[in-house]
Amino acid sequence: MKIDKKLEGSTLTLALEGRLDTTTAPELEQVIRAELDKADALVLDFGKLEYISSAGLRVLLSAHKAMAKKGGMKVTHVNEMVMEVFEVTGFSDILTVE
Amino acid sequence: MKELTLDAKIENIPSLMAFIDEWLEGLECPVKAQMQIDVAVDEIFSNIAQYAYGPEGGSAAIRLEFDEADRTAMITFIDSGAAYNPLTKADPDVTLSAEEREIGGLGIFLVKKTMDAMEYRREDDRNMLTIHKRI
Repeated sequence: MKIDKKLEGSTLTLALEGRLDTTTAPELEQVIRAELDKADALVLDFGKLEYISSAGLRVLLSAHKAMAKKGGMKVTHVNEMVMEVFEVTGFSDILTVE
Repeated sequence: MKELTLDAKIENIPSLMAFIDEWLEGLECPVKAQMQIDVAVDEIFSNIAQYAYGPEGGSAAIRLEFDEADRTAMITFIDSGAAYNPLTKADPDVTLSAEEREIGGLGIFLVKKTMDAMEYRREDDRNMLTIHKRI
């Protein structure tokens, strides 16, 4: 998986490319942990993300909780495959998906 | 039928995924079904890698079969770890808020929702879990 970081003002955007699964979820967790102090708001751009497994959902949930105390987190450009996972698991009700 | 045996370790997931993807591409599997199968493989194999064996570890075999008539892909995961039937696990409550959420059980739940059928059997002290997906 590839993660592109961009900090604009206090908004951190992470653009993900590839697969967010058991093997790659720890990379995203590490980047979020390392960069979070610099940002008030977090945007996860899923435009080039192929799919997500429950290991990825786990990272999204903890990031969502951490950002809820700050400026919030949103997930953008979600493809059909990932959206279906969000809907089946109820994550579409928890996360802000644009 | 094809079969691959490897150490039940998280770091083996990419080579397992390459084995599965090559097979599915040969069967001209639609992209969406392939992604769903890949997620299922990630969930099931990572469960085996994390929970089937103690610290000494162990191996797992992945058997691939294809039913031409039904265009159904069948993948069987075989391990010699402690008896464990993931299908008896209660489904998670997907209506809870972020604060109340537990992630445990979500993986297998996802697999149940996206595959056409799943079956578990215990044979010769081995766990055998098969997923079926029409492609």
